[in-house]
Amino acid sequence: MLVIENLVKIFEGEKARRSRQDGGDGESRKTKEIRAVDDVSFEVKEREMFTLLGPSGCGKTTTLRSIAGLERPDSGEIRVSDRVLFSMGKGRKVHMPTNQRQLGMVFQSYAIWPHMKVFDNVAFPLQVVPRKSRASKEVIRERVMAILETMELTEMATRQATKLSGGQQQRLALARAMVTEPELILLDEPLSNLDAKLRESLRFELKRFQRELGITSVYVTHDQVEALALSSRIAVMKDGKIMQVGRPRDIYEKPANQFVAEFIGTSNFISGTASNREGEFLLVDTDAGQLRVTVETSLPVGAPIILAVRPEGISMSAEAPTGTEPNEWSGEVITRSFLGDSVDHIVRVGEHELRVRAPSAVSIAPGTAVALRVDPANLSVIPG
Amino acid sequence: MREGTLDSDGPVEALPDEFSQRADPDPEGGRIWRWFNRLLDAKSLTLILIVVVVGYLAITPLAYLIHGTFVDDGALSMDSFRRAYEFSGIWEMVYNSLAYAIGSALLAFVIGTSLAYVAIRTNVRFKSLLVATALVPLIIPGLLYAIAWIMLSSERIGFINQVSNFFIDRPIVNIYSLWGMIWVEGTHVAPLVFLFMAAAFRSMDPSLEESALVCGASRWTMLRKVTIPLVRPAFTGAILLVAVKAIEGFEIPALIGLPTRIYVFTSRIYFEVQNFDLGAAGALSINLMLISVIGVFALAKLRGNARDYATVTGKGFRPQTIDLGRAKGPIAAVVLFWFILTAVLPFLVLLYTSFLPYYQKFTFEAFGKFSWDNYANLFDNRIFWASVRNSLVLSFGSATIIMVMVGIAAWLVVRGRMRGRNMVDQLTFLPMVVPGLVMGVALSFVYLRNPLPIQVYGTIWILMIAYTTRFMPYGMRYAVPSLTQISPELEESAHVSGATWWQINRRILIPLMIPGLMAGWIYIVITSIRELSSSLLLYSPGNEVLAILIWIYNDKGELTTVSAIGVLLVLTLILIVTVAYKLGGRIGLQTD
Repeated sequence: MLVIENLVKIFEGEKARRSRQDGGDGESRKTKEIRAVDDVSFEVKEREMFTLLGPSGCGKTTTLRSIAGLERPDSGEIRVSDRVLFSMGKGRKVHMPTNQRQLGMVFQSYAIWPHMKVFDNVAFPLQVVPRKSRASKEVIRERVMAILETMELTEMATRQATKLSGGQQQRLALARAMVTEPELILLDEPLSNLDAKLRESLRFELKRFQRELGITSVYVTHDQVEALALSSRIAVMKDGKIMQVGRPRDIYEKPANQFVAEFIGTSNFISGTASNREGEFLLVDTDAGQLRVTVETSLPVGAPIILAVRPEGISMSAEAPTGTEPNEWSGEVITRSFLGDSVDHIVRVGEHELRVRAPSAVSIAPGTAVALRVDPANLSVIPG
Repeated sequence: MREGTLDSDGPVEALPDEFSQRADPDPEGGRIWRWFNRLLDAKSLTLILIVVVVGYLAITPLAYLIHGTFVDDGALSMDSFRRAYEFSGIWEMVYNSLAYAIGSALLAFVIGTSLAYVAIRTNVRFKSLLVATALVPLIIPGLLYAIAWIMLSSERIGFINQVSNFFIDRPIVNIYSLWGMIWVEGTHVAPLVFLFMAAAFRSMDPSLEESALVCGASRWTMLRKVTIPLVRPAFTGAILLVAVKAIEGFEIPALIGLPTRIYVFTSRIYFEVQNFDLGAAGALSINLMLISVIGVFALAKLRGNARDYATVTGKGFRPQTIDLGRAKGPIAAVVLFWFILTAVLPFLVLLYTSFLPYYQKFTFEAFGKFSWDNYANLFDNRIFWASVRNSLVLSFGSATIIMVMVGIAAWLVVRGRMRGRNMVDQLTFLPMVVPGLVMGVALSFVYLRNPLPIQVYGTIWILMIAYTTRFMPYGMRYAVPSLTQISPELEESAHVSGATWWQINRRILIPLMIPGLMAGWIYIVITSIRELSSSLLLYSPGNEVLAILIWIYNDKGELTTVSAIGVLLVLTLILIVTVAYKLGGRIGLQTD
């Protein structure tokens, strides 16, 4: 539905600082030219919630703003269904003005117009349609009330928009974005302005709307938990490039590279080299001993690889290691910290310090010798 | 789904706009046509028009002033300077100017700062009186304030000297002196310092002082080591502000200094203009302007630095007030005395005189001669009504023109992406460095040679140009913040919603900017309705404004008429300021 091909957006040094969010970090300030979006291509399917995830400065917001037409990319192509929104360097030159792209967008600050009532905020997109195709006042009224009903804002219709609570403002922004029933809705960190509790409940609400109304949307966030919880698919971005695209579970369980593994959740990394296969397992030589890994692809013997394992993928017991089981280490607890629903332990294994997450019932004092075990399925292989 | 999806290859028909330019129909040909096309659309035309008008207003006066001063009969010449400085009193004039500026600045600073500290940081009585007194310069124009003080303290018949004659058998003050000028100017601008310093004291984080106390410092040590160093940038700012204002000021040196030949720069310029030596006036103007440029730039730089200071956070603190203890009574008396001296007495003397048949000493018998005759005569006076009309047309007109103009200029500066937008910013601020009288001289240079297709010299339109130019920077002061506080996302979301540039302006930007623009509009109305210094050089008989009328009657010695006009003007200003406050304007807190 939404197709983006080879999108490139370059900021001059000066502009990069002005650009609201991306490219604002100290490092990029020194360089003269910043490729904020660097050859980005992806496709969003009908009814999908597609998330652009990455740290600040990774180009996710610039990509979103390019789709909206608020930034003008340097080259590439953006299409929605059969409409070309932008094209440059692909045999045609198109840059459709923002106001003709017929998209919906929810801004980080919600951008609710403070001088208008709730009703007028939602009615605005219908009222600015060119006169010849504009709906009548009654039709506009019906459509606005219908969407307010969906968003459970009917009672608020005549209220001043600024009088709404954070959650209501968010629903209002969503209502405004959807009132024209656009093919595509863009969401720019819509939950980042809310406190943690509200954010969580709105996350579920957003997911419900998405499902029930069958909206196709592109969602930008730097919050990996949000991304994992909401998205149909995620594109993890770094320095203007896409690192990995996949379903949340795939991204979490099979990170394509070290950046993704580090950025999504926390991971322990162990470097090693590939060795022989043993049945369904690949043997990997590491300085913490030989490990078994479940991996489909075969790797040449001696290839350098990195193994990643999540803190909750390691099990820990205070008994002495049996010495016979595969993927077993002996180590010593250095510190622990209580997280409420779990306890994180830092365990020293040889040269490595591994983070191990144990259920809150298990809490082992520093200095205790422990045995660690890793299920081969919990180890993911990242090409080194 | 909306109707009318667009052809995938086709150029997109649209109003070109700032956020995204028109789709290029074909990359090679028609470049000039496209450029021309973009130039002709309504938005670009508006913006270009504004840049041209702002540039014209800001630059022509200065260019003509410099040309007229340095060029004599088509040749470069310093003759004007020679004529301007070839009088025996030259050093005295420079000394007077500096003494006047520094003296009144220090006086205003001491009074204003102490009152501000007392009002913000102590539990003094009559706090609201202090705030009311702060509005005096807005309500009683310098012209009237000076006339009132002349009436109060002229050597022979001033009320204050009458009192002292009664007690100690000799007059104690002579208003017609350098000290008199310093006193009148200093007390008139003290409220500005008060507002400036009150803001500084209010925005200071009290925990900075409290932590000094916790560390064991005494209140005095705290004041010396923490409070004063923290507000020092504000100190310098306040002094500079009023010193620049004093050196540019015309009314007080003219009314008090001219009769006894105590010249300062501004009154000397006026003197030269009256001798029809515009060249010499220009030479003096250029020097005066250089001095005020230095002041204004120092002030701007200081403001820039002040932003780095952690004290001014813009947060409204509610500092704990200091208990004055036994000093409470005496300090309250001082506050009350100050209010009576600078607000009540000047107005009362005008009111008293306005009811008299002829100007005379204060006596109780005089009350018996009270009548409304002066007012009745005024209402029958055609020139009075003409001046009222002119003043209203000019102040409402210039305020409206300015706010529309700077509204668009502010958009260019804050939101525009075009090159040279900083230049637009600087252009709108340029008139700030031109004292009112100098603007009068400069505009005389311009419109005696008249670059415009229509004749403005000798009409009220030259005054409209003068006011619009002079008060443009004030307007910009209101317009820029009112725009910067609007998040760009509010416009972007309207744009994504399908609104065009005009729709965004009409439905989003202008409604949101209106409160700020209104506040600026009212401020300019208040300031321009009493404008004297540039009007004096530019008006022509038949085109008087109220301030000019006061000036003329004062010159003729018709002080009862002057007082009647003054009372009416003050009452009108009180009305406007009250309405502005009711509307929630931020008028009084504008420090300049």
